[in-house]
Amino acid sequence: MADKLGPLGWMGLQFFGRMSASISHEIKNVLAIINENAGLLEDFALMAEKGMPLDPERLERVARGLMKQVQRADVIVRNMNRFAHSVDDFEKSVDLQELLAVVVRLAQRFADMRRVNLDLRPAAAPVALATRPFLLENLLWCCLDFAMDRAGSGGTVAIRMEKTDDGAQVVFEWMGAPGDAEARPFPSQEERLLAEALAARTELDVEGGRLRLILSKGNPGGAA
Amino acid sequence: MAEKVLLVDDEKDFLELMAERMRARDLDVTTTDSATEALKMAEKGGFDAIVMDLMMPEMDGLEALKLLKEKNPDLQIILLTGYATVEKGIQAMKLGAMDFMEKPADLKLLAEKIKKAKARKMILVEKHNEERIKKILTSKSW
Repeated sequence: MADKLGPLGWMGLQFFGRMSASISHEIKNVLAIINENAGLLEDFALMAEKGMPLDPERLERVARGLMKQVQRADVIVRNMNRFAHSVDDFEKSVDLQELLAVVVRLAQRFADMRRVNLDLRPAAAPVALATRPFLLENLLWCCLDFAMDRAGSGGTVAIRMEKTDDGAQVVFEWMGAPGDAEARPFPSQEERLLAEALAARTELDVEGGRLRLILSKGNPGGAA
Repeated sequence: MAEKVLLVDDEKDFLELMAERMRARDLDVTTTDSATEALKMAEKGGFDAIVMDLMMPEMDGLEALKLLKEKNPDLQIILLTGYATVEKGIQAMKLGAMDFMEKPADLKLLAEKIKKAKARKMILVEKHNEERIKKILTSKSW
């Protein structure tokens, strides 16, 4: 089945699956906290039945806790929705900074697990791109995943988008010590195919701690 | 005497809430959001049970479980996870976990498991004491 899908198809499915699993973990964590808050309210009710006075401040604290988790879940689901809709159209014009923000938000849990700080810099000016949104998200994730590996635990990855004469570029810069981990080859064969499908190319400078994703004008992935 | 529990989870909100509810049930609870810190605290000893999240930064729950059991095989460890698959459960039990529960956890059930953990620990401590006494008696020529 994988060979009928082709490497990009399978890679895309794995990317979608991995992000979906991560989102579901985040939502589970939110549910666990809501569950504990509900349990705490139940405990207060039982204590009140036994004649212990209710403390309004504690009740307020529970209410604030619940609202915080609802807001958290709302952000998670909104991002999930944006990500899900990125397959609506195979090719369309997108705001590159917004698309980048979706990927960085999706990557946040992975970054937290690896103890890497992500720093998405604001763009100097918006860039509209005629691109293949889902494929571009996939490639951006691959670049970010590699950069996080290189940053290592306690490190930082700064991400910025810049307009160029020929289109746009996304720069990933990492600071940190990856320990004994050797730099895995980047791009892999699949990542190279993905870049080709986007008329994009990558430039890696391991010593300088930088990876550039260059998107050309006038082709999928190019600036409008 | 109250059961002494070490609660380990990187989600601080979850940790504080669960600790508050456990303390309301007369459990003596210590918390940490770091698996590395948990290893140091467990070394100091005195816990009847360690309740630990499976997925944490720095070190996942299974790795921490392995290291904890290496230092003290008698430690009673209950793992909490968002997704309790049979595969993960088997892995955890093979590494010596006492139990494996899915989040959101039923606190009543968890409290029962902690009581069970304390009872198990007491049996093991008694067993070790008996073995020590036996060794002393057989090694000394009276």
